[in-house]
Amino acid sequence: MYVAVKGGERAIDNAHALLADRRRGDRDVPAISLDQIDHQLALGVDRVMCEGSLYDRELAALAIKQARGDMIEAIFLLRAYRTTLPRFGASESINTGAMDIRRRISATFKDLPGGQVLGPTFDYTHRLLDHTLTSDSDIAPAATAPADQATFRSVADLLAGSGLIEGQAEASGEVGDLTREPLSFPAGRDLRLQNLARGDEGFLLALAYSTQRGFGRNHPFAGEIRYGEVEVEFFAEDAGFAVPLGAIALTECQMVNQFTGSATQAPRFTRGYGISFGQNERKSMAMALVDRALRAKELGEETGSPAQDEEFVLSHSDNVQATGFVEHLKLPHYVDFQAELGLLRKLQAEFFERQAQSGTPKEAIMQDAAE
Amino acid sequence: MTAPVYNFAYLDEQTKRMIRRAILKAIAIPGYQVPFASREMPMPYGWGTGGVQVTAAILGPQDVLKVIDQGSDDTTNAVSIRKFFTRTAGVRTTTATLEATVIQTRHRVPEAALSADQVLVYQVPIPEPLRFLEPRETETRRMHALSEYGLMHVKLYEDIARHGHIATAYAYPVQVASRYVMDPSPIPKFDNPKLSNCPALQLFGAGREKRIYAIPPYTRVTSLDFDDHPFEPYRHDASCELCAATDSYLDEVITDDQGNRMFVCSDTDYCEHRRALGHGPIAATQKEPADG
Repeated sequence: MYVAVKGGERAIDNAHALLADRRRGDRDVPAISLDQIDHQLALGVDRVMCEGSLYDRELAALAIKQARGDMIEAIFLLRAYRTTLPRFGASESINTGAMDIRRRISATFKDLPGGQVLGPTFDYTHRLLDHTLTSDSDIAPAATAPADQATFRSVADLLAGSGLIEGQAEASGEVGDLTREPLSFPAGRDLRLQNLARGDEGFLLALAYSTQRGFGRNHPFAGEIRYGEVEVEFFAEDAGFAVPLGAIALTECQMVNQFTGSATQAPRFTRGYGISFGQNERKSMAMALVDRALRAKELGEETGSPAQDEEFVLSHSDNVQATGFVEHLKLPHYVDFQAELGLLRKLQAEFFERQAQSGTPKEAIMQDAAE
Repeated sequence: MTAPVYNFAYLDEQTKRMIRRAILKAIAIPGYQVPFASREMPMPYGWGTGGVQVTAAILGPQDVLKVIDQGSDDTTNAVSIRKFFTRTAGVRTTTATLEATVIQTRHRVPEAALSADQVLVYQVPIPEPLRFLEPRETETRRMHALSEYGLMHVKLYEDIARHGHIATAYAYPVQVASRYVMDPSPIPKFDNPKLSNCPALQLFGAGREKRIYAIPPYTRVTSLDFDDHPFEPYRHDASCELCAATDSYLDEVITDDQGNRMFVCSDTDYCEHRRALGHGPIAATQKEPADG
């Protein structure tokens, strides 16, 4: 016999206690420290900071630990904390040209001022499981050399000098903030880039890939990818000048894309731009491809592919929103379900009544439906 | 790292002011979806973040809060949201509809008549009633601006042509004050008539979609229909087996693996209230057969 259920509250508390227990796991295994996550799962921390839109390695490491390694859950934790923080203002534009380079490569020139700097990369590693990592083996410190004082001018700037590539878009006044204002369409490029920078890596990767396979092809070259630290400055009203806040690690990608020109514009290369916190080339490159795809309309190119559709891309890129809405299907829906059930019963009854009048037995119809 | 200290009802005062401005605009233009800068909340999008933000913005220390999901105070998410406000605002909570000053709901309107000193806050997943006819926001905003609702009427007409009925059982579209077509949130259409001329203020919050809309007190709300196919609220042809109510919306509960089922009030407070007044269960013989 059914009785109205009470006790949801205790069930929830118990579920959370069980979660805490499972998160800790076997007590004979030492608990993982935030330092270990920060240093040894550094790229995971980078991703959580980037899509969580909060540059704080310690908090990101905590979020990863609390989320049991579920990256989207960790991103969500960081976002939910970030939104409670007071906002003092916007920093000065960062100058990635003055980046303290850890890695810098160009696919468009064999050599260029500053040279190709490989840095720490998975590229060219053979993906063979390394069993020496199963235990704490001694890793010799990497070789170092005196820092090169060369300035690493961006490849796009080098091309710009010869007029072969479009100029950098001019900064136009205040930059929008979609965490403070609802996004509306058409969105300016500032908001598009902000949305993509916070967007899900997997979603952007798939969209970028689709452009390469012909759904909005834009003939990209990896003009330059650079990773390193950049100083962040904030203009202090009281002091009357910009004060440095510290350095953050960034990965920037400048895609160089073919453009065949239009009636009013000469053929030239165009730009797609991607940037992410920490070291994340996949994300930055995908973002640059999608940024360029979203410019199709502005450049008078043929449109219609998913990656070129601003409303489609920007409305679905956020994994915290997406996971929330997909997973909300777990919540009870029995009121709506009952309403549908009632309607369905009525429609079915009418259907069978019509069939009965025309002389088809009910079983035969059910049989058809099952086949 | 220090443990963060949160403001009354979680949101900071600036954010509350921003939400209140959106609410005021929504009340001034009944049924119009006001964009607002929805915040990331500590619960997932799609789990009531819009309703929670609206509630947080209107809640005062004297308020008495009731939270229901599917009509019940004890469903997991209702429990979770009630707990959230107990923790962050310390307000008194209740399960009694008549005691509450603010009622946050998902998918139901309480059975008991609401009064002028109450506010009903709905959680809304997709605020745009035209969304499944036209996926683009740019396009649907234009359609609302021009009151261009032909597409919706065509959809309802096609339902009738194909099925003999309007095949929408919940989130049944309404028109507010003869102007904006509005999604009443996924309440069963049984609840639609309660929206009209309601003494309580009704606020709708969609967090993920960043929209707030409202039905001011005593506003006429009509469910879309045709003269020859008038709107009909649906309810199971049964009475509650716990309190014998014949006027409440019913949940169907499967009681064993033989397909036997029973009907009980979806509004648990209404059912409990009736039982406290001495309304008893109906005789078991009146149960529907399992294969009905």
